[in-house]
Amino acid sequence: MSIDWQLAMVTAVRDETPTVRSFTLGLPGWAGHRPGQHIDLRLTAADGYSVERSYSIASEPERAGEVDITVERIPGGEVSPFLHEVVVPGDRLEVRGPIGGYFVWEAGLGGPLLLIAGGSGVVPLMAMARHRARAGSRIPARLLFSSRGPDEIIYRDELDRLAAAGDGFAVAHTLTRQQPPGWTGYARRVDEQMLAEVIEPLGAGVRAYACGPTALVETVANALVRLGLPPDRIRTERFGPTGT
Amino acid sequence: MEDRIAMMHDDPAVDLTVDGSAVGGMLAAAFGVEMTAAPGQCAHCHTVSVVGAMRVYMRGPGVVLRCPACAEVVLRIVQTPRGTMIDARGAAYLVIERG
Repeated sequence: MSIDWQLAMVTAVRDETPTVRSFTLGLPGWAGHRPGQHIDLRLTAADGYSVERSYSIASEPERAGEVDITVERIPGGEVSPFLHEVVVPGDRLEVRGPIGGYFVWEAGLGGPLLLIAGGSGVVPLMAMARHRARAGSRIPARLLFSSRGPDEIIYRDELDRLAAAGDGFAVAHTLTRQQPPGWTGYARRVDEQMLAEVIEPLGAGVRAYACGPTALVETVANALVRLGLPPDRIRTERFGPTGT
Repeated sequence: MEDRIAMMHDDPAVDLTVDGSAVGGMLAAAFGVEMTAAPGQCAHCHTVSVVGAMRVYMRGPGVVLRCPACAEVVLRIVQTPRGTMIDARGAAYLVIERG
């Protein structure tokens, strides 16, 4: 594996929501990655001060020579405001990776697959969903996605398209703070009852991946164990408190 | 052990914990191979878990990895200008796969 720092060229930038932006990083020497892995990104100031952050890879491994990362702007942060406000296509960024071999799902691992995301925790799960679609897998898969409001649903249109493809992928949204008129999805924080309803159509042998703020992932992991999932089928990626 | 887990879950700092993947880059740089899928045994309760499933506290000057079963410290990692120092006395063993 390549763990050395390498230079990536930013080749595209696009907004996902008012506070979330995706960056395509061109990596000519990229050895490929597995869905769920992340990269480390390092910024170094002129005086030598440097800071590193980990960002999940959003893109599927079938795309060669480049990866997408999706970054939420954290007010007062050291890295995300720079990425949002300063970085434009043509800039170069130092990255290393891919990193991680635990929070990973590939079609070959099988399913059924349950994905649970809170906010930008959807990013590594999106890599799994995109990979599943690109690989032509028909493994039953469901995403339970918790967002604060309708404008904050990351990848909303693409998730709608993936769910409409008729290949066994379904999405259930919950909006915890603000719901638009006529909203038919869930309107509360993820809880055991919600998980029971989402997991039910998947049947036995489910593999679950949960990513999001620590409090959400904690709730999900405990509830899934109570619902009868063996702990070794539940993989978690806690990214700390909300909004840091 | 149950008490200790309850303590960990009641700890206001639990919200600050992340999973082992968060230090995957640091560990890969230190060990030379991917480590988040590496199994290790807690020296205290003898539970075997992969590094990626351990609870990580990384907001201090160093990084602490705790056992997901009993919450005892398994690894401490501190990066200094001289190198990466790893205190592994809380690990009975770690399995590092051939690259």
